[in-house]
Parts: sequence; structure tokens; C-alpha cells
Amino acid sequence: MTRRTFLGMPTTAPPGVGHLRGDESFPAAARRSLTDPQLRRNLRHATTTIRAKSAGVIAEQSDWEQLRAAGAAIKADTLHRLPELLEQLEARVTEAGGVVHWAADAVQANAIVTDLVRTAGADRVIKVKSMATQEIGLNEALHAAGVTAVETDLAELIVQLGDDRPSHILVPAIHRNRAEIREIFLREMPGVDPELTADPAALAAAARRFLRETFLSTPVAVSGANFAVAETGTLAVVESEGNGRMCLTLPRTLITVMGVEKVVPTWRDLEVFLQLLPRASTGERMNPYTSMWTGVTPGDGPQAFHLVLLDNGRSAVLADEVGRQALRCIRCSACLNVCPVYERAGGHAYGSVYPGPIGAVLSPQLTGIDDNASLPYASTLCGACYDACPVKINIPEVLVHLRAEAVDARRRPTAESIAMAAAAYTMDHPRLYEAAQRAARMSRVAGRRGRGLPPPLNGWTGSRDLPEPPAQTFREWWADR
Amino acid sequence: MSARDLVLGRLRAALASGAHAPVEVPRDYRHTGTLDLDQLVERLTDYRAHVHRVVEAAVADTIADILPAGGTVVVPPGLPPAWLPPTVTALPDDGLDNMRIGAADAVVTGAAVAVAQTGTVVLDGSPDQGRRVLSLLPDRHVCVLRADQVVATVPEALARLTPHRPLTWISGPSATSDIELIRVEGVHGPRQLHVILLPYRE
Repeated sequence: MTRRTFLGMPTTAPPGVGHLRGDESFPAAARRSLTDPQLRRNLRHATTTIRAKSAGVIAEQSDWEQLRAAGAAIKADTLHRLPELLEQLEARVTEAGGVVHWAADAVQANAIVTDLVRTAGADRVIKVKSMATQEIGLNEALHAAGVTAVETDLAELIVQLGDDRPSHILVPAIHRNRAEIREIFLREMPGVDPELTADPAALAAAARRFLRETFLSTPVAVSGANFAVAETGTLAVVESEGNGRMCLTLPRTLITVMGVEKVVPTWRDLEVFLQLLPRASTGERMNPYTSMWTGVTPGDGPQAFHLVLLDNGRSAVLADEVGRQALRCIRCSACLNVCPVYERAGGHAYGSVYPGPIGAVLSPQLTGIDDNASLPYASTLCGACYDACPVKINIPEVLVHLRAEAVDARRRPTAESIAMAAAAYTMDHPRLYEAAQRAARMSRVAGRRGRGLPPPLNGWTGSRDLPEPPAQTFREWWADR
Repeated sequence: MSARDLVLGRLRAALASGAHAPVEVPRDYRHTGTLDLDQLVERLTDYRAHVHRVVEAAVADTIADILPAGGTVVVPPGLPPAWLPPTVTALPDDGLDNMRIGAADAVVTGAAVAVAQTGTVVLDGSPDQGRRVLSLLPDRHVCVLRADQVVATVPEALARLTPHRPLTWISGPSATSDIELIRVEGVHGPRQLHVILLPYRE
């Protein structure tokens, strides 16, 4: 699949902005993370804990399979009717006093949010953990515009203070243990108690003290959304700490950035997802707080509400009839917690903000396969992710589909095919061939055995040792006889 | 071309190939359940909420036991006055600023709905619950719930709620599992949640 850039055609997410592409391939990054025993201990402990919690509360829900089937069908139906549902959502939100913006990609979304923050006269925003805003690199865009973005989720705060990257969808600091978090707080948190212990309750209390004043004094908040109901214009954010409620309640202006696939058709559909998400995600019967709001409520909460609807490659995912099921994802992270590859490699190895099995199918589709070609191979195809997925995304099926696409992509001109074409041309032209052989012998003189050929022929020798060239070519030997 | 037209055009183009039969959503999951108030109590308690089962006439005494004498309590405009004990100082919400709300020892609210199976109470901004900020900033939230407001399942709760009201679903006190996935109660929201459960009306 080539990157499609025609107007009006499904289009992948642009490069150079946001966090959908890693700096290196999955195997290279995983090889390094596998050498970190602390990381592997932290991950094994965390994923084992959450698997047990989740299994316990799912076992309580005797209609779990019926809920999964309903969740999968609601999302499949949503994707088939996405344009009309988004128009309906826009109408309802607008009627309720909100303003709806459309962003074709990360660049547009960042510009919209930056303009809204500037218009509100703010130089700081508070943020609720949001995958969409991480995906588009909103914090960096705001920083470039002189606006400080404060992450208020505890794990995001740990990542931000540690100048680190998130490694899990639900628990972005899953790769850090309590001792490491204490060190980060002592080093980076202004006004922190120097006697701070590594007790998780003490660490949480330190975050509470640190952020309270910021919550009360910041006029603009940026959030994501777990669900948006087309029928009513209602937005929902699911959280645990109360930082979400702070951001959704205290500021004058609320800006919500939402991937277009987060819409659900009806109010009633929430009855399915509010049962699936907490049990699959945090392993709770219900998460501590869920906030729902529709536009603006006079006298209660933000009096200006903006909803930014984001494409950024989703239209390209939607265009793939096999791959589009990845857009059903409700970001629960159950597939990460059961994945043997994730448990060993960790989230950073996937490069993108979407790690684990769902990242392996979502990121290459959002960016186009060329930019994340190794991710469909970051799996043993064991199928545990499919069994764990509350909306029944057949991740192994999409992985195999994307591997085929990655192979097809390699059939386009590559270093190897260019090298072979150059070799064929050289062999068809005796003078060139002699010259090439002499050059190879020269390289022997220069002691370059095994170093490979010059471009474009190095595409062939990059992964192969070149046999040592003889002192005399066959043609020279024949001529000397 | 506007960004709106661009995005909608791309999505329509993405769906253009292939016919899509309407998807039938199977709804054979449980919609209702047998209501069990003991289950609500057990599940609230499991997530570290404190539950007090008393008759309505005893609400004020119960709150007097929960809160320190002389403590300040944020009071939504429609809260029944008989619920407040004389031992506390009431701060009626006539547009209280956030600093005063945050400095209060507690807030007392009513509720809209509760879900027994998940141990959840839902506030919908009715006069006995007030603005969302009232139940957010004080460190203790005392929520008075009537038995007839309790339903068994999440689907029953959604059916009772009005979507356009600001809704807050509360299941236990503020918590986090962000450090080693160990649940810790009390991050940014109220660190204590007390639910006073009243029996069915006579």
C-alpha cells in the first residue's frame, strides 16, 4: 500500500509529527529492551497482577460472551455508518452548546487546539490522559507555541517528570517500579517532601499535593474521550483518580480531541461498553469515576466546550476491509496484558504510542505499512489477544493480513532489486564487468573483505559476506595463457 | 475544501468499495437482575467506601458521627435540611468559589441512581446533588441514597438516567493502580466516600 495523498481519498497519518513511528525496527528495539532485567521484572509483575484481577471480575459476569458479541457488533455497525454518525454527533453537540472541529491529520488537530488555547488566553493547559493527543504529539506542538501542557494522570505525570515515554495504554509507567518513581519525584517534582517514601500511597499523595493548585488555577483543559454518543451528543471519560473530573469540571474551557472511531450510535450502547471496559482494562467491576457531559451545562463545569474530530490515518484503516476491525478498539489494553511478546519486550519496543498486539495492527495501518513494516511480525500468533479482546478484534487475522501486505510492499523496487538489476546490466556489458571485477580485486588489496560492495550493490552485500576476490580474474588468467 | 468535507469524503471513500449489509446487534446479555441491597453494600465496601444503613430520621446523627464537630460541610441547594446535624457548619452553595469548596471538610449530596452489581452511585446534578465541583473538591463525600434509587444492573441505570444532564458515576473513593498496579485509594477526588443507605419508603 503506497501512502495515499489524494484529496478525498483515505489517507495515512503524515510523518514528522506525533508518535506513531519508532526510530528503529521492532527487532532492534526489542533486542535492547530484552537486556534490561529490571524492566522485565516490572512488566512480568504488573501483567501477572492485572491478568488475575481481570479474570476474577470477568468470571463474575455470566453474560460476558454476550456482552463481547454485542460490543463487537455495535462497533462494526458504527464503522459501516461512520460518516452519518459523525454528522449526527456534530449536530447534537452543537445544539447543546459545543463547537465541533474537524481535523484531517495531526498537524491540523494540533493547530486547532493551539489556536483555541491562545484564544482562551492561556499559557498552560491541564490534560487528562488521552491516547489521541499522544498520537498527534499535542504536548510538543503546544510547547512550540509557548504553552505548557501538564499531564495530570499519575502514570502520565511519572512519564512526563521522568522525561520518559509511555509504555502501556492503561498504565503508561508500567515499566517503572515504586523505587524508580520515588527517585523521579524526588528529582523532578517541585516542592516535594524530601522524606518521601516509596509507599504507593505516599507517592499518590505527593501527586495530589503537587497538582491541586494547578487544577484550581488553569483555565483550559484538554481531554480525550472514551465514547461519544451520536444520538444524544454525550461524551464520556472513564478514569480512576479524579484528575479527569478535575479537568472536565474546573476549567472555563474544555477541548476534547477524539478519534472519529470513538463514536457509538445510541445512549443504550453505553450499557455494553461500561460493562466491558473496566473489567477488561483495570480488572474492576466499575472504574472509580466516569464523567458524562453533553455540550455545556449553564452554571456547572466549563462554559466553552470544543470537540475536535480526528482522522489522522483512520480513513486509511477503514478502507481495509480486513484491517478496519482494529478501529473497534476501546483502548482497554487487555491484549497487552496477555501477550507473551509484550511481556518480554515492553511497550517502548513498538515505537508507536500504541504498543502490544493492538499497536502491531493499528500503527502500521495508520502510518502505512512502509513506516512500521516490522510490527506485524512482533507476535507469535498465539491468539491470546483475540481471546482477551472485549470487542473481539481478531488480531492474529489482521497480523497475517498485514504481513502479506509487508511482503507485497517489498516487491516494489527495493535495495535488493536495484542491486540485482545493476548486476544484470553489468554482466551484459563485458567492459563494465571487467571493470567491476578489477574494482573488486582493488577492494581485496585495500583489505575490505566482507565489507561489501559500494552502492547500489551494497543492498545485496549488506546481509551477506562477499567471497574474497581472487588475485587474478578468470578473464585475466585466460588472456595471459 | 473544508477539513470537515475532507474527513467525511475520505471516510465515505473508504467505505465505497464493498456492500455493507446492516449489522444486527445481538442484545441477549442481561438487562435486568434481581435487586439485592446487600450486594450493593458488599461491593461498595469492597472498593473501600463506608456504608451506613439507617432510617431517614437517623441521617443527621449518622453524619454527626462521620464528621468532626465544628466541621464545614458544603450543601447543595436542594438538600433536605433535616439531614444536617447541628454539630457542623453548613456552607450552602450559593455560588461558592472553588477555594472554599476545596477547604471544606465534607460535602453531603443525594444521588440519582445506584447500581448494586458494580457498587456504583450516579449523580446527575439535581438540586440535592448540585454542581459537579461540589462532590469533587472536599476530601469527604457523604452520599445519601434511597433504596428505591438502587437498580441491579448497568443497563437499568442507564435507562433511568437523562443523557443531557452532567453525570458522574462514582464507584468508591478516588483510586489509582498506576504504581505496580497496586490499588491505592485517594488521589485527586474525595479520599473518603460514605454512603448512607435508607430503606424503601414506608
